[in-house]
Amino acid sequence: MGIRFILMVNKQGQTRLAQYYEWLTLEERRALEGEIVRKCLARNEQQCSFVEHRNYKIVYRRYASLFFLVGVDNDENELAILEFIHLLVETMDRHFGNVCELDIMFHLEKAHFMLEEMVMNGSIIETSKANILTPIQLMDKAS
Amino acid sequence: MGSQGGFYQSKEFLDLVKSIGEARSKAEEDRIVLNEIETLKRRISEPDIPKRKMKEFIIRLVYVEMLGHDASFGYIHAVKMTHDDSLLVKRTGYLAVTLFLNEDHDLIILIVNTIQKDLKSDNYLVVCAALNAVCKLINEETIPAVLPQVVELLGHPKEAVRKKAIMALHRFYHKSPSSVSHLVSNFRKRLCDNDPGVMGATLCPLFDLITTDVNSYKDLVISFVSILKQVAERRLPKAYDYHQMPAPFIQIKLLKILALLGSGDKQASENMYTVVGDIFRKCDSSSNIGNAVLYECICCVSSIYPNPKLLESAADVISRFLKSDSHNLKYMGIDALGRLIKISPEIAEQHQLAVIDCLEDPDDTLKRKTFELLYKMTKSTNVDVIVDRMIDYMISINDSHYKTEIASRCVELAEQFAPSNQWFIQTMNKVFEHAGDLVNIKVAHNLMRLIAEGFGEDDDSADTQLRSSAVESYLRILGEPKLPSVFLQVICWVLGEYGTADGKFSASYITGKLCDVAEAYSNDETVKAYAVTALMKIYAFEIAAGRKIDMLPECQSLIEELLASHSTDLQQRAYELQAVIGLDAHAVECIMPSDASCEDIEVDKSLSFLNGYVQEAIEKGAQPYIPESERSGMLNISNFRNQDHIEASSHGLRFEAYELPKPTVQSSIPPATLASNELVPVPEPVYSRESYQTPMPSVSSDAGSSELKLRLDGVQKKWGRPTYSPATSTVNSTTQKTVNGTTQVDGASSSNSRSRETYDSRKPQVEISPEKQKLAASLFGGSSKAEKRPATGHKTSKASSHTVEKSHVPKSSVEVVSEKRAPVQPPPDLLDLGEPTIASSAPSIDPFKQLEGLLDPTQDASAVNHGSTTVTKSPDIMGLYAETPAGIQDKDDNLLSGLSNLSVTNIPSGTTTTTSMQSSKGPNLKDALEKDALVRQMGVTPSTQNPNLFKDLLG
Repeated sequence: MGIRFILMVNKQGQTRLAQYYEWLTLEERRALEGEIVRKCLARNEQQCSFVEHRNYKIVYRRYASLFFLVGVDNDENELAILEFIHLLVETMDRHFGNVCELDIMFHLEKAHFMLEEMVMNGSIIETSKANILTPIQLMDKAS
Repeated sequence: MGSQGGFYQSKEFLDLVKSIGEARSKAEEDRIVLNEIETLKRRISEPDIPKRKMKEFIIRLVYVEMLGHDASFGYIHAVKMTHDDSLLVKRTGYLAVTLFLNEDHDLIILIVNTIQKDLKSDNYLVVCAALNAVCKLINEETIPAVLPQVVELLGHPKEAVRKKAIMALHRFYHKSPSSVSHLVSNFRKRLCDNDPGVMGATLCPLFDLITTDVNSYKDLVISFVSILKQVAERRLPKAYDYHQMPAPFIQIKLLKILALLGSGDKQASENMYTVVGDIFRKCDSSSNIGNAVLYECICCVSSIYPNPKLLESAADVISRFLKSDSHNLKYMGIDALGRLIKISPEIAEQHQLAVIDCLEDPDDTLKRKTFELLYKMTKSTNVDVIVDRMIDYMISINDSHYKTEIASRCVELAEQFAPSNQWFIQTMNKVFEHAGDLVNIKVAHNLMRLIAEGFGEDDDSADTQLRSSAVESYLRILGEPKLPSVFLQVICWVLGEYGTADGKFSASYITGKLCDVAEAYSNDETVKAYAVTALMKIYAFEIAAGRKIDMLPECQSLIEELLASHSTDLQQRAYELQAVIGLDAHAVECIMPSDASCEDIEVDKSLSFLNGYVQEAIEKGAQPYIPESERSGMLNISNFRNQDHIEASSHGLRFEAYELPKPTVQSSIPPATLASNELVPVPEPVYSRESYQTPMPSVSSDAGSSELKLRLDGVQKKWGRPTYSPATSTVNSTTQKTVNGTTQVDGASSSNSRSRETYDSRKPQVEISPEKQKLAASLFGGSSKAEKRPATGHKTSKASSHTVEKSHVPKSSVEVVSEKRAPVQPPPDLLDLGEPTIASSAPSIDPFKQLEGLLDPTQDASAVNHGSTTVTKSPDIMGLYAETPAGIQDKDDNLLSGLSNLSVTNIPSGTTTTTSMQSSKGPNLKDALEKDALVRQMGVTPSTQNPNLFKDLLG
């Protein structure tokens, strides 16, 4: 399965994007997000970018005010996930230009669309920025 | 921020987003969202809402759910939106639906139809949107509705569609493997797709398929190898490159697959050696992604049939990881070490100090990973050190999930490798004391059995000693408040069996303690049951020894209370106790022989002792008993059990439940007779049975029965003899037959002497603290060399001192080495943009490193290189990031300022900035040092990339 969820959370702990690849109820999500965010936000920059939480491993990375958190299975390559986060940010950056928290908030659906192109069934399926962005650009043009 | 708000976004939406963004607390956010829910409830069902508006409403609904509130009132509108003709609106609808609904939601049925229609669309983007939804919403029952179309789409001219169709099949395979079992060949076919994206995606289902059935895919080894080779040789389009690495994510997936296919298969593995070796050589070890691929190579190498050269490369990479300053790399290094150690155990030794550093690191993640490594390398020679460490850590944490895990690991290691029984008991006590509620009850039964069985028949005095020390330790531990139930059960049982055995403690003392337990934990019936039975045993032993029993008043009141207990089990025990006390010494001795818990019990299954009674009854005219096997077919109404049986089987239900009572009926007879004082006519065998039965007359049914199992199955002790014998051989010179703790002292002193040897020999450079040395010696010294130690003690000490030196050298003689060595080491986290405020101090680290000589030299070398030379790729980026932040310090919503610079400016301009920066602070170490000192004086928190530096400086 690999990736179980992808979260974007700002440094106040407010969720900015949440995508789950396994079904959790609203309550479960809320609890999980609370616990994870508390855990990750408390860590400093020198510590590993990986945290174990229950049966998940969280790989997280901070960009200015925004944290990207990816929950993965135990046998996932953590460094690769860390770089996947960066690829995601680079892709968003290419699309939005200087992407910031507000870009994601105002274009939540687009951020989701990008994720939909990159990850399916919890596996990374596309890493070419051009391929990820083409459908979104086409849609923009059409509307 | 230029992109905020599009021309099609309403003011309302902008305001909502802004107010959420500005909310300062969860409460405020909740209030905003609750308001929003009210608004949406009112507005969303108005007639004739324009599409755009509706799309906005749906996104607002997504917000509502994302922020933790229920938006189910609007689900139906999201479903309706999937019908829309406009692609953007449709896709938003699909997105919302996949976020809101799980696959079993009632509304799904309304979507399946739309999906079916969309899968046939001419617009490939519509098809893609539908396939996304398929991957999230189709469950086992709805698979057939879309399967034919999905299969058809595998041949779609657009690669994006083929890719998603593959993933849809992948999903079906997850949901119901049988539904696509006939389509598995499609995955193989798509592996050869000429679009690399489709090929890359196909690796995901193939990985899963291979995980479950390796052998069917051995023929693909060659294909995978050749794909990997092509990828590594940059044959894929440039678009797949990531930070100058050719399609790293595909490489990683392929390496994972190869690891599976090559595991335990020499022939398959041989095909892989070349390509994996190439990747080892080519991989850029200065970037995160390069290291990610290298790590995956190590995983692969340690999984496939071993190849010495590859193992060597892997070991090199591991040592680079471990020497790195980046915690992330250390973490990966520890993990990789744990994998490689299975194949070449000797590699751990050269990293002992690095491992201990990680173990003592304040970072919990790293610590846990290191414990995992230690767990993998535990042997009988180092088990005590490792388990002690684990227990200390276990005590220090609160996270019950991990506590359970580490507790069960301690138990497992202790059972497997225990150097002595004494140590085992002490270790178990600690585990029970601190995590008793989290460990399996079987562990407790094992411990009781160990204490009862002791070392074996040949060494009675040692057994006695073991028991006395157990009793003593338990009496001490009972003083602690709030002990876990499982542990109390063990304590009660041991006190009952052996509390008075060595005569050290009086019966009244022990019984008093037991009463205290029963009182203090009066809510725990199991504990109480154990306590009462223990009381009974103590009294029985007293009576059997001919002493007069003098029941303590609290005991009496306890028993009186239990006689009226709601729990029939407790009641029965209390009555039994009363009955036993009333008997004479001989009878009591037969019922409760001391230390007989290990005696074999002959169960008289035919109940022959009742023969006389049966005979009498038959003579009086009772029906003779017909065995079950002989009365098949005839319905005997007078026989209840038989009737039950038939009834049960005819309904096909509760078969088990009715079967069970048979044994209980049997075993409940003796206690009953016992209680009613009709013991005398019962023949001999029953006594032995009784003696077994009474210590634990089925506590609560499950505890009793599992204990029953434990005793009867005669399972070999898991922690048993083989590991025990080596331990004696090392200790036998000293007095082994002493009290509590001797063995431990021995262990300590031997490890002491060992570490002293190493310590002496490397005196000239005392930088590593002796404790660390000692720990290292006790952890690692016990490996292959330790076995040889008795013969050639000198040699070992030399060898280990050598390893110490080796790991020490690069640290002390930094400057020289750093000049010579080519840049290899990556800066900790090249592209991490980090918190702007601190980035300014990052560059000044390098000079420090050189001065301190604490960190890996190579990094400095690379930094210096940039300053002096021309173009280099990634490290410049680092420079860029380090510089930019000062400007954007307060403007932190500019997420990627650094990064955007990178993407805009080309490499040459990047270089110039770095160069100038380097010239200003790089080469002049003294300046930088002063600067940094100043910065720190001014109170800037030294919380940047390099923890060690500041830790060491600040103490």
